[in-house]
Amino acid sequence: MDALALSRHPLWGWGYSDPTTLFGGVKCLETIDFFHKAVEMTDMVKKFGDFTANDKINLIVHKGEVHALLGENGAGKTTLMNVLYGLYKPTSGSVKINGNLLNIKDPNVAIKNGIGMVHQHFMLVEPFTVTQNIILGNETTKSMGIIDLKKAEKQVAELSKRYGLTVDPNALVQDLSVGSQQRVEILKALYRGAQILILDEPTAVLTPQEIQELAQIIQNLTREGKSIIIITHKLKEIKQMADFCTIIRRGKHIDTVEVAKVTEEDLASKMVGRDVIFKVAKEKQLRGDKALEIKNLVVQDARGLPVVNNLSLELHKGEILGIAGIDGNGQKELIEAVTGLRKVKSGTVSVQGKNITNLSPGKIINKHKISHIPEDRQKRGLIFEFDIAENLILETYFKPAFSKWFTLIKERIYSNAKDLIHKFDIRPEESEIPAKALSGGNQQKMIIAREVSNEPEILIAAQPTRGLDVGAIEYVHEALINQRNQGKAVLLVSFELDEVINVSDRIAVIFEGKIVGIVDAQDADEKQIGLMMAGGTE
Amino acid sequence: MKKDARLKKRFNIRGIKDFLLSGSLGVTLISVFLGFMVGAIVLLIAGFNPVEGYFAILKGIFSKPKYMSYVVIYSTPLIITGLSVAFAMRTGLFNIGAEGQYIVGAMVAAMAGYYFHLPMVLHIIVCIFLAALAAAAWGGLAGFIKAKFGVHEVISTIMLNWTALYLSNWAVTLKSFGKQGTGKSFAIQETARIDLFGQWKITEAGIDFIRSHKVLGDILKSPVNLGILAAFLLAFLMWYTLNKTTLGYQLRAVGYNPNAAEYGGINVNRSIVTSMCIAGGLAGTAGALQIMGVSHRIAKLATMEGYGFDGIAVSLIGNNTGIGSVLAGFLFGSLKYGGSKIQDAIDAPTEVINIMVGTIILFVAMPKLIKLIFSFKKGK
Amino acid sequence: MMEALIKDIGFIIGTTLMYSTPLIFTSLGGVITERSGVVNIGLEGMMCFGAFAGAAGAYFSQDPWIGFACAAIAGGLLALLHAIACVSFAAEQIVSGIAINFMGTGAALFISRMLFDGATQTLTIPNKMPLPLNFLFGEGKMFASSGFMDLVFNRFATVYIAFLMVFLIWFILYKTKIGMRVRAVGENPEAANTLGISVVKIRYGAVIMSGVFAGLGGAAMSIAVVSRFSNTLISGHGFIALAAMIFGKWKPQGALVACLLFGGAKGVEIFLGAKGVPVPGDILAILPYVLTIVVLVGVVGKTTPPGAIGKIFDKGESA
Repeated sequence: MDALALSRHPLWGWGYSDPTTLFGGVKCLETIDFFHKAVEMTDMVKKFGDFTANDKINLIVHKGEVHALLGENGAGKTTLMNVLYGLYKPTSGSVKINGNLLNIKDPNVAIKNGIGMVHQHFMLVEPFTVTQNIILGNETTKSMGIIDLKKAEKQVAELSKRYGLTVDPNALVQDLSVGSQQRVEILKALYRGAQILILDEPTAVLTPQEIQELAQIIQNLTREGKSIIIITHKLKEIKQMADFCTIIRRGKHIDTVEVAKVTEEDLASKMVGRDVIFKVAKEKQLRGDKALEIKNLVVQDARGLPVVNNLSLELHKGEILGIAGIDGNGQKELIEAVTGLRKVKSGTVSVQGKNITNLSPGKIINKHKISHIPEDRQKRGLIFEFDIAENLILETYFKPAFSKWFTLIKERIYSNAKDLIHKFDIRPEESEIPAKALSGGNQQKMIIAREVSNEPEILIAAQPTRGLDVGAIEYVHEALINQRNQGKAVLLVSFELDEVINVSDRIAVIFEGKIVGIVDAQDADEKQIGLMMAGGTE
Repeated sequence: MKKDARLKKRFNIRGIKDFLLSGSLGVTLISVFLGFMVGAIVLLIAGFNPVEGYFAILKGIFSKPKYMSYVVIYSTPLIITGLSVAFAMRTGLFNIGAEGQYIVGAMVAAMAGYYFHLPMVLHIIVCIFLAALAAAAWGGLAGFIKAKFGVHEVISTIMLNWTALYLSNWAVTLKSFGKQGTGKSFAIQETARIDLFGQWKITEAGIDFIRSHKVLGDILKSPVNLGILAAFLLAFLMWYTLNKTTLGYQLRAVGYNPNAAEYGGINVNRSIVTSMCIAGGLAGTAGALQIMGVSHRIAKLATMEGYGFDGIAVSLIGNNTGIGSVLAGFLFGSLKYGGSKIQDAIDAPTEVINIMVGTIILFVAMPKLIKLIFSFKKGK
Repeated sequence: MMEALIKDIGFIIGTTLMYSTPLIFTSLGGVITERSGVVNIGLEGMMCFGAFAGAAGAYFSQDPWIGFACAAIAGGLLALLHAIACVSFAAEQIVSGIAINFMGTGAALFISRMLFDGATQTLTIPNKMPLPLNFLFGEGKMFASSGFMDLVFNRFATVYIAFLMVFLIWFILYKTKIGMRVRAVGENPEAANTLGISVVKIRYGAVIMSGVFAGLGGAAMSIAVVSRFSNTLISGHGFIALAAMIFGKWKPQGALVACLLFGGAKGVEIFLGAKGVPVPGDILAILPYVLTIVVLVGVVGKTTPPGAIGKIFDKGESA
């Protein structure tokens, strides 16, 4: 990155001229000091055993710059940043911070050199207060190691005022919203004097408003001369927030581009390695009878709060109904309630007119023919230690097809597996290897094979493409559309608005446990849905 | 040829082979070896010759038919309590309560054996059945408390162990059941005993036989009983249930991943209770067999006898499998019996066995360390 | 009549304090280790080893304080093994604890046989733990001997130390830097790690301290409650201390209350035994255990153990 060459760029104004614009805005380079390389990583290699997560990656971030790291899940973005933050030891390569060659052997060294990191999964101690979380590891003490909480609270309050990061220093972190927790994380880094701030997938859990606030915060920080690295796979946010973008694919450095000079499509094809079709092909189809009816449903979370709050919804045969919403608005609890995994407080769920409220999961699966692709493959969907064949009979092992006199019939179990492996293209084609040995995409294929082969009337898919690469995502979408084309009812829950709009026939927007609006996917307006997702009225 | 293949399939030879070849067996064998090494070092530090010590143990196990017979008798309850712990472990439950379930089983068997008057075979069956049932309830109670109220089974079974101990001690004080002043209960009826030739051994013919037959007579000097056959049968049943039946599939699914099992329609709470019932029943059977084959009565206990705790060790060393528990049970039984000879032979404390067993378990718990040693041996 | 009743109450309180003390020490050890996220069911073995080391140390040195120190070292050494297994080599914590129990009791009896002529018990120690407030009681002193005050307050030094320790551990855990770090590591080791706190060091420290406390608990039994170690002296006390810790919601003050409850049951049992009340002692002995289950059934749903309890912390480097 040659500073002289870049200085020829015209300087645009800041992109917050219209803060209500969700995805607009243009970045400028005025805060960047091109003579000061805050981070310079050269030929970084990180291997885990035989697996090369980072293969000679170069990265330069200047003072005052917002630099995006773009790549698919598992491309090696987070690994690279964990190396920079001292959580992983690099296999080879060099790191310079502010021009000084450094051996960042643990986070202490990183922190001392002004590097701060906000992880995707927040690194917060939930039962601690905001102040305790912020000072942890760098405590303000009186004599004999006794914590001076009063003084620390004052420091935190000052800091939060200075950067416009409003939080209550006395609140328990477990009581805070996700957006506030993120602010605590940023404060944690600033408290340690961070000059270089790494944000790992910072927008994944935020509402559109909170994303706007974050953009504002990032702007404030770069004005103070801080450098920001954002790890993301969301193109819009890169366009909105970043100056430069480095694209990583399968551990390799693909390109570094100036964001203002490329389109989203360019970025996408660089990320994936081929052209990406944003639209999913599907034929029009008439919607059939009512398959699932949810009436005035109330479901509580562990703390007894109504996370699904008087929700009503209808799902018809031959349609995909997409539920759009930010994570944590009751989607998980809604699905768990419908599938019998969580108790319903009040209201009813019925399938083809029959009440299935609070029936056991087994009854709902086998008698009422609801199949479910769970949000968390590893926690819910699979038994890691079981082989593929055993996983494929999780819901049917006791049926005459697979057992007689309480004894399993191995031949049938394994021939069933062989069929499904072939039909659903699961790899490797071995029915006797444990599920944990499969890739994420193949694990998901296995779950789909199991759920679809169970011949459901209703298929519920929660976050079915999370963490998958583009090829697997297309596969999953096709499978869902296939079910719909066969006249089955499909309920799709996703936090990716694009996915919901592309795959669904109708879209229901969920906010704070209620359906706040239903629109036809054809006339869907992203902006309008985005507003509803954030609780705004039409 | 074809029949052979089918046989192989039916009896799942693959499973056994896999087990033998799996990494965990390697870890176990190395752990056992390291346990012996540590035992040797302890003896050495204490000023004994470990070769002599181990030789004394070996001699104490193998030098007389009677000794070997005793090893079998010592091993029997350990194998079965080992199975109890292993079965629960496979469903993801830590049955520290085998001790209490054993005590309950022993107590009920002693009562049924003393109070009831039934014909020979029937009496045995009734005793074992009632003992297993009571212990199953005892174990199932811990399962129920976990399923219903979320109390961890490790804590509840620790409490239930002591409850069982004092309950049993109290039973011994009952006038109709305990011989006053001896701290022991009355002996069970002859019809409820499973020792071989117990009556005949004390007749003249029996005594003559024992005198005149060197090997058989020597064996008969020990309280030979049918318990070990029951242990083998139970080990086989456990393997079959876990690996071949729908119940086993269900319980293993819950053990590996309760969330996924629940999602798949398996009733997790019921599985927990079922598994703890079966585990309790097994431990209770161990207690019953011990009463019916060896001691014939229960006694007031100042502290735990440790059959259940030893069962934990057996299960862990045996990798929580049926066959593993049998082998580990024999290992532990041999060490326990043979180890008691080390005191007489070289005057070294028998407790070196406990240290060895502890060491073995500690290494079994650290496959990471064992693998590190392995990779180091390979020269990296 | 009234006077006798007060005296009886004094007797019960006094015995309660005496029998609670070993549990309080050990329970505190449990609080420390579990707060750092490491389960330690090896407390029983550590307590047993500590009880032996305490009695042996006190016997040979003729000084109970040296015995007390020996117990701490012995418990700490055994805990070091647990720490190595659990923290450095990712051992299943409960399994390692089981191993420690075998080793602790084994080592105690092994060494006992070596030092005491093949016996699984030590000889009687010449000097028990002192009674620090003894000077207040007796003829012509502030309080009459074997009155209420004497029965309650004229207790071994270990009793006072135990109460002091409850306060001290509470203070350290909740008011100091190191305590905050221990709790953070127990709740979210990944978070602590990213802030440059060494999870490994904190957990080693906490586990070793738990052994030290369990050792002291054992010694409080062998050189104060009685005056020798024997093979049945520690039978399940470690497990009960563990239950008391959970009962007390992983808090020092809570553990204290639970230990007093267990000790109280013992105190009542001894009192009734001494009075010849016709209640079967065995049934009475069951009470605390049943009570614990009942209480756990009632409250456990509402308690939250440390977030990372029992979970193996792996930096992900070895993957």
